[in-house]
Amino acid sequence: MTTAPFGARLDDVVVRFGASHRMLPNGLLARDEGGTGLDGASLTIRPGTITGVLGRNGAGKTTLLSLLAAFTRPTSGTVVVGPEGAQEDPWENPWITSGTQLVRESGDLLNEEKVRTSLRYYADVRPDWSAETAERLLDLFEVDVRKNPSALSRGKRSAVGATIGLASRAPLTIFDEVYLGMDAPTRYAFYDELLADYAEHPRTILLSSHLVEEVERLFEDVVVVDRGRVLLAESAEQMRARGFSLTGSRDAVERLTGGRRVLHRQQLGSTVQVTLEGALDDDERAAARRAGVEVGTVPVQDLFVRLTDPRSVTS
Amino acid sequence: MFDGPEPIYVQIAQMIRAQVLAGELKEEEQVMSTTQFATTFRINPATAQKAFAGLVDEGVLYKRRGLGMFVAPGARERLLEEHRKSYFEDVLGPALQQAEILGISTDDVVAYVLGAGGSRTTTEES
Repeated sequence: MTTAPFGARLDDVVVRFGASHRMLPNGLLARDEGGTGLDGASLTIRPGTITGVLGRNGAGKTTLLSLLAAFTRPTSGTVVVGPEGAQEDPWENPWITSGTQLVRESGDLLNEEKVRTSLRYYADVRPDWSAETAERLLDLFEVDVRKNPSALSRGKRSAVGATIGLASRAPLTIFDEVYLGMDAPTRYAFYDELLADYAEHPRTILLSSHLVEEVERLFEDVVVVDRGRVLLAESAEQMRARGFSLTGSRDAVERLTGGRRVLHRQQLGSTVQVTLEGALDDDERAAARRAGVEVGTVPVQDLFVRLTDPRSVTS
Repeated sequence: MFDGPEPIYVQIAQMIRAQVLAGELKEEEQVMSTTQFATTFRINPATAQKAFAGLVDEGVLYKRRGLGMFVAPGARERLLEEHRKSYFEDVLGPALQQAEILGISTDDVVAYVLGAGGSRTTTEES
């Protein structure tokens, strides 16, 4: 590792896409209004963390990640990336961009060339590239580098993306839904490699995924993007502390619930399980134990689903 | 692994305490490194770090600079004492409460404890 891990900050960032025209079957032109990718997003990425980036489809995750890698420029607001104390605008900034590896779902491989040629290109532009890691992972994922990307399956192309991300050892490495098409054993092999390499070569890793249950334990920090805004950016532990579950007899559970917001409720006979917003204090915890009510944590997956659900119920 | 209702770092700490109590981890024995823990259980290294830090504060583990984490001398004895203290409140209390709900008399419980009726031979299940 020659460079310290990169952090990043976004301040009130808006990204709007331009309007475009398209030809209708009758020969007339229709105008498509440009969409809004981000609508006032602010957040801080702590250097040296594995940060999960979660959001529903169209929430703005990919726009956010593209900004950090300088693939997109904000319409307004500021983006800075870099090591602690030396963060700069990444746009057309070779020092920052050579230290940032974004692995997109598309894989970003040279279509007309063998995979080996694309890898040589990445080895040249990434100062911390580990050829040994690349070789080992390609072998592990059983990728034939003599083939063109189009001759590889979806899952194998994703495996090449995962390899590029890990072998780059970039101070900021971003995996944007890199798991697409990978089977379960390959995904778990990728998680294992990511953890092992991160532990040995600390850097900042952003990982966006819809398979929240599979990856939530990998995260130290979590960012939730919702409708173009950052709903939360905090440690995974803080996020888990946003809710808890109570399981027990209906009366006891209801008493402990008090006026808290109910995120979810399930009943089986006289046993009730509720997911509540907030946390219990020590007295309430003791009361729960006396009443035989089990206090549990809520998986990040459930919190994410409830927090981004516009129809979330309040009792 | 670690599928309980508590936070993962709490469950990791519980597992290590249980191993020390059971004598599976001996005093002065080295425990797995944060990295080994993270990759073995597929968790963020900071989560394992947090469990270890808690155990160091409790005096169950101690850190040898550059070498790793080790079980502290006297750790098992201290854990035994603590667990003995909370045994009646945490384990026996709820069990007796359940006996009351089921209509099992105190005499029956005492007889069981003393091994009357041959049931003491199956205490492993109780």
